[in-house]
Amino acid sequence: MNSESAPDIAGGVPSLTKLEAISRRIRGKVVEMSHKANGAHLGSGLSCVDILVAAYWGALAINPRDPKLPQRDRFILSKGHAAAALYATLAYRGFFKIELLDTYGKPGSYLEEHPGPGYAPGVEAATGSLGHGLSLGVGMAIAGRLQGQSYRVFILMSDGECNEGSVWEAAMFASGQGLDRMLAIIDYNKWQATGRSEEVMALKPLRQKWEAFGWSVYEVDGHNLGALVDLMRNVPDGSGKPIMLVAHTVKGKGISFMEDDNNWHYRIPDAEELKRAKIELGLL
Amino acid sequence: MRNAFAAELTALASTDERIVLLSGDIGNRLFDEFKDRFGKRFLNCGVAEANMVSMASGMALCGLRPIAYTITPFITTRCLEQIRVDICYHNVPVIIVGVGSGLSYASLGATHHSCEDIGLLRMLPNMTVICPGDKWEVILALRAALQYERPVYIRLGKKGEPVVYEQAPDFVIGKGIVVRAGQGICLLSTGNMLPVVLQAADELSQKGVPAQVVSLHTVKPLDEELLAAVFSGFNVVASVEEHSLLGGLGGSIAEWLADQPPQKARLLRIGTADGFLRCSGGQKYARQQLGLTPEAIAEKTLKMYRAGI
Repeated sequence: MNSESAPDIAGGVPSLTKLEAISRRIRGKVVEMSHKANGAHLGSGLSCVDILVAAYWGALAINPRDPKLPQRDRFILSKGHAAAALYATLAYRGFFKIELLDTYGKPGSYLEEHPGPGYAPGVEAATGSLGHGLSLGVGMAIAGRLQGQSYRVFILMSDGECNEGSVWEAAMFASGQGLDRMLAIIDYNKWQATGRSEEVMALKPLRQKWEAFGWSVYEVDGHNLGALVDLMRNVPDGSGKPIMLVAHTVKGKGISFMEDDNNWHYRIPDAEELKRAKIELGLL
Repeated sequence: MRNAFAAELTALASTDERIVLLSGDIGNRLFDEFKDRFGKRFLNCGVAEANMVSMASGMALCGLRPIAYTITPFITTRCLEQIRVDICYHNVPVIIVGVGSGLSYASLGATHHSCEDIGLLRMLPNMTVICPGDKWEVILALRAALQYERPVYIRLGKKGEPVVYEQAPDFVIGKGIVVRAGQGICLLSTGNMLPVVLQAADELSQKGVPAQVVSLHTVKPLDEELLAAVFSGFNVVASVEEHSLLGGLGGSIAEWLADQPPQKARLLRIGTADGFLRCSGGQKYARQQLGLTPEAIAEKTLKMYRAGI
């Protein structure tokens, strides 16, 4: 293995200041993509940007120049409706050209509003139907174990996604198998498409639920990049269990007039709102 | 069929380290040898088929060759969306194996019947649907599926079915096997109906029509070359399956036929009715109720044959 094909994260993590700047740039791009493509789910994308930045700049052993490297860490965006945030992250991380993001949602583009299989470099799995990603990740983790690989598997889910029964099938299987190279993150923004996630189904107590299912659970501020990086770099954590980060987040995070307003699950920003968002993010 | 499947899978696993067997909490004794020899590559996935199927996709995405096995309705209709998205959309080489297909487990009630699975799975893009007719076809289907870099569904019966072939026939995915040559009537069988169809051909022969029997083990892709030949060479072509008339072998042939110019032969579809069996009874009883006996098949086909000449 030459250095070109080696995972390139082994060295240092960018400073917090730099990570925060990356987050702001990605947030601005995600708002712009939603505006240009008329793409929904903006609030959901914004709530998980810091989680994506912490994973891709702070923890994952990956090489954007060799996205299929067998020993790479895997990252599955199980909440596929945040595709714009994933695409922007991958582009800024170097998996493909940033200009390609301008094609998002446009006719003929492979950057669809939910990630397709094997289309964009760095996208590990096609998602969009909720409740699949955790099981896909379990399969990848078992494959790694059988093949003697030491890679880790990260899965980013939504809180609404925990409505799906298959999530809990996967939760039990992963802990039953002691898959301690798995890290799942719940983007716990307390909203799902049409209501408060706690009111639609009894989600609380979320941490205790996952603990009861045999996971090593940490609650974290999902916008605290330093805390996220520290937890994501500690996989496995010595417990012998799969790890769950219950990441408390704010839907629409970073744009004052979108924060915790569930209208932005579907609403599209107009040109004026895009401008205001970019000013708030310090990009204009 | 299932014993042949387990034995062949164990043999194949000794030469292919990519093979992983996922079981939905069944096959307790059946896979003992596999477990003894390849313990880590056997995963009892519990009664959680959705997770099992998606996991299989995750494994295939990492280079393994997972085979997901449980009772047919639970590994088809129960987790159809997982098959569609995680296996077919990703187009990964996962083999889905359903055991107890059709009315094999008739006595267990309609929850355990599967007369819709062929139709549902053949609708899915990238999926190949194979319904072996005896233990030889099971063995050969499994070997062929492992060489096929795409999703495959193998629809098994149960155990103890009659063995049709004296030795391994030539088996190619998508190509029917002419089990008995004949004329006038051509019986196209898929899956576990093959021994019954051969008996139906015996009946027809005694009544003066030496019917041809084809094992159309692959329902998708259809053997269009063979269909073109039999529809131009026979008077009656009958599809026979332990599956609904909607969407199965007969349904797919009817779709094919609709796109062809007028043919010499008429199509007769023989299968199960559009309904649930609502009374107790084993497979033999269920087949009697639904007209899937050699006598009923012979009578129906002969009636159409005589009406047409």
